[in-house]
Amino acid sequence: MPVSDFQPVIGLEVHAQLLTQSKIFCGCSTAFGAEPNRNTCPVCLGMPGVLPVLNQRVVEFAVRTGLALECTVKKTSVWSRKNYFYPDLPKGYQITQYDQPICEHGRLVIDTPQGEKVIRVRRIHMEEDAGKNVHDASGGQSLVDLNRAGVPLLEIVSEPDLRDADEAVEYLKAMRDVLVYLGVNDGNLEEGSFRCDANVSVMPKGSSTYGQRCELKNLNSFRFLKQAIEYEISRQVDVIESGGKVDQETRLWDVNKGVTRSMRSKEEAHDYRYFPEPDLPPLHVSDAAIDAAAKALPELPRAKLTRFTSQYGLPAYDARILTAERPLADFFEACAAHYADAKKLSNWFLGELMRLLKEEGTPLSALRFTPAQLAELLGAVDKGTVSANAGKDVLGEMFRTGKAPADIIAEKGLAQVSDTGAIEAVVDDILAKNAGEVEKYRAGKKQVFGFFVGQVMRAMKGKGNPTLVNDLLKKKLGD
Amino acid sequence: MQLTDLTMLELAAKLAAGAVSSEEATRACLERIRQVDPKVRAFLRVDEEGALVAARASDARRKAGNPASPLDGVPVGLKDIFLTEGVETTAGSRILEGFVPPYDATVVRLLKEAGLPLVGKLNMDEFAMGSSNESSAYSLTHNPWDLTRTPGGSSGGSSAAVAAREVFGALGTDTGGSIRQPAALTNTVGLKPTYGRVSRFGIIAFASSLDQPGPMTRTVGDTAALLQLIARHDPQDATSAAVETPDYSADLEGGVRGLRLGVPREYFIEGMDPEVEASVREALREYERLGATLVDVSLPHTKYALATYYLIAPAEASSNLARYDGIRYGQRAKDARGLKELYAQTRERGFGPEVKRRIMLGTYALSAGYYDAYYLRAQKVRTLIREDFTKVFKDVDAVLSPTSPVPAFKLGEKVDDPLSMYLMDVFTLPCNLAGLPGLSVPCGFTKAGLPVGLQVLGRPFDEARLLRIARAYEREHDFFLRPAPLRG
Ligand SMILES: [Zn+2]
Repeated sequence: MPVSDFQPVIGLEVHAQLLTQSKIFCGCSTAFGAEPNRNTCPVCLGMPGVLPVLNQRVVEFAVRTGLALECTVKKTSVWSRKNYFYPDLPKGYQITQYDQPICEHGRLVIDTPQGEKVIRVRRIHMEEDAGKNVHDASGGQSLVDLNRAGVPLLEIVSEPDLRDADEAVEYLKAMRDVLVYLGVNDGNLEEGSFRCDANVSVMPKGSSTYGQRCELKNLNSFRFLKQAIEYEISRQVDVIESGGKVDQETRLWDVNKGVTRSMRSKEEAHDYRYFPEPDLPPLHVSDAAIDAAAKALPELPRAKLTRFTSQYGLPAYDARILTAERPLADFFEACAAHYADAKKLSNWFLGELMRLLKEEGTPLSALRFTPAQLAELLGAVDKGTVSANAGKDVLGEMFRTGKAPADIIAEKGLAQVSDTGAIEAVVDDILAKNAGEVEKYRAGKKQVFGFFVGQVMRAMKGKGNPTLVNDLLKKKLGD
Repeated sequence: MQLTDLTMLELAAKLAAGAVSSEEATRACLERIRQVDPKVRAFLRVDEEGALVAARASDARRKAGNPASPLDGVPVGLKDIFLTEGVETTAGSRILEGFVPPYDATVVRLLKEAGLPLVGKLNMDEFAMGSSNESSAYSLTHNPWDLTRTPGGSSGGSSAAVAAREVFGALGTDTGGSIRQPAALTNTVGLKPTYGRVSRFGIIAFASSLDQPGPMTRTVGDTAALLQLIARHDPQDATSAAVETPDYSADLEGGVRGLRLGVPREYFIEGMDPEVEASVREALREYERLGATLVDVSLPHTKYALATYYLIAPAEASSNLARYDGIRYGQRAKDARGLKELYAQTRERGFGPEVKRRIMLGTYALSAGYYDAYYLRAQKVRTLIREDFTKVFKDVDAVLSPTSPVPAFKLGEKVDDPLSMYLMDVFTLPCNLAGLPGLSVPCGFTKAGLPVGLQVLGRPFDEARLLRIARAYEREHDFFLRPAPLRG
């Protein structure tokens, strides 16, 4: 059977570092990039005698995420120990949640070529991150950096509802958007603060029995996720086609070779000897806390997208870009409150504003002008006080200096001439100087019109209101 | 009479009156340790310098009329399981040899804040696993009442030091009887508080759901006074109870008239030492004379307690001891090649046979395929044992029993017979499984002059009543006045 006769079945496990100030069980900073082992204390170093104390912000973030993903938030959940030896795991066990996670039975909607699709979320649980082993190639030594040990993580596990690599990528993007919108995660795949493993299997089309699955690791970009899943699907199909059986194993995506390779077989899999963490009582979340979190939940990317198309009448394309990040969407809405033509506003956002933000590398939070000032500029363009082209220059100046648009227009003399008398005088002058061209025009050579416009504008140093210039020329030329 | 013969409260009274200084008392302890510890071997480490600095600071406070606590200046010792900043702490294990903690356990901090000079670190069974102190990697501690015998365990260094009057009091920890059994074997008082009453932060963990630190002293009054300093909620221990601390001494002399005291039939068993049983039965009659009513009660799941304990405690220990991997602190196998060999050799050399036995037991009990049959079932039985007590405490105010089925046994006698060693805890460990407070108070001697202990078990957070019950008996006897002979 060709690949097309097989149905891939994919589930994703997302690990998201939570944006708390301090670690999950101690007061150490979670800041990235500190000198190795600077952000540590006896607790996260796994010293003898230490005990974990739960950071309540982690629970708030987990509840917020659970509600956003339409999960059932459990009033009682239980901490467990996952036991294994590794130098980056100071206690010899990871404190996590196992058989009683904080959230279950959620969903995330994604877009597919066939339309919207619901991907079920099986569970969300909280856990602590491990540190990092640094292998020093020259000295043949391994060093351990425990700055990351104890940084809070959410693990979000989907049901195996994804059917190809593109859906997996869509799901991961949608998940990242939600987490970033919620302010619980920075969505950075490259730095590893947002990570994902993929469980991939294939079965003959029409079958309802899933094939043996492999877990793929080291997928630290959307591209690698797609490539690894596609490679893995064809590998598994090849194995089956050649009469073999897919083994349950953990496989690593090899970026350089573009293949997945076996890391650990099922037989080599750890027995983690999970048991309830005796140092932490079961976690209780009150109804009041859940209600408060629900009330404080921001509008999520999908809802915002829908609202931007309906409320502002924007095309889906515009709405998608404007709502991709919460600060941009918020700024758009603040501007829209001062300016009625949402499509025109959107054009300025998608064109000039985003170009400036990208070129100057400025975050929206550092913007130096107000929504009202942007609205004022657009109003000036509408009224013809300034040309659309000059308006772009004004915006650039506002962006760099934070000056008011009216002041910039005045200072730079960018105001457009809309005085009919003044324009008429120039038009008369140009027509008088170019009697031959006027003849040609009147004889039917209409292309000459552009020449007159050019001459008038040049004489007016580009400040003539183009509409008025056009109207007056046509009138004088007898059209 | 020597200074070291005073009880903690007697010394505190003299310190308050200015009749003696803390420095004198501390020097008396240090001198006593020099004299008798070569025979007793209770101490792993004596912090002479630290103790004297603390004593002089205490004297200055007393002089300024500003004592930090009623026990300000009273020197005490610590089981080597309590982390002490700057002072080596090993839990009796080779694997922690040379480990100097960067912080103080909460109870150590509380004692320092209360002004008590900390004289040194006391021997113990390795990682508190044992009932005779013989699993210590460092030395053999001898019972001051008969130097050929064990002082009990795992807090055997603490019980021996207090019995030999090397310190005025000590702290121990109790996971299955490790405070009460050594107290019973040395004619001292030992209290295991309710689980959560005293912070576990900074105490080297054996079995997290069972461990609890507590005082070991010569009298009930001293135990009440020492408990007063350490019983409080600790935000650094999530299992610490946010329960108000009563005044443990206020009602100490209240007597037992009108109290109903349960005598569980399962705690008087075939095979227990007849002299121990006789002493305890005599104590029960004493309570009746003092006006208490004895009530025959049953704790039917007692027979499962030992098996339950030896699944739960090793399971938790196997995980708690995983951190001793040679990577960050303590001993590391120096010639190991590769990570697996580093782990294997470090732990092979660092842990003694009893610790290895329990790590293997616990690892097995938690393994995939066995978890339900062992660990999970043990937790269910644990619930039944707790319910036994809950039912009984609806009818009685406390439960009385022997602390240990036998008096102090010979060193070496049970070393090669772990099962018979485990049986030493048969009366003490149900209390840990149920999270209840338990206390051992001296109740006489065998003909050979070996101490016998009476165990008092109570409702959660009912330590004050346990102390009052123990004190009622102590008041009628002078066992605590008798000095240990320090002979073999
Ligand atoms: Zn820390």
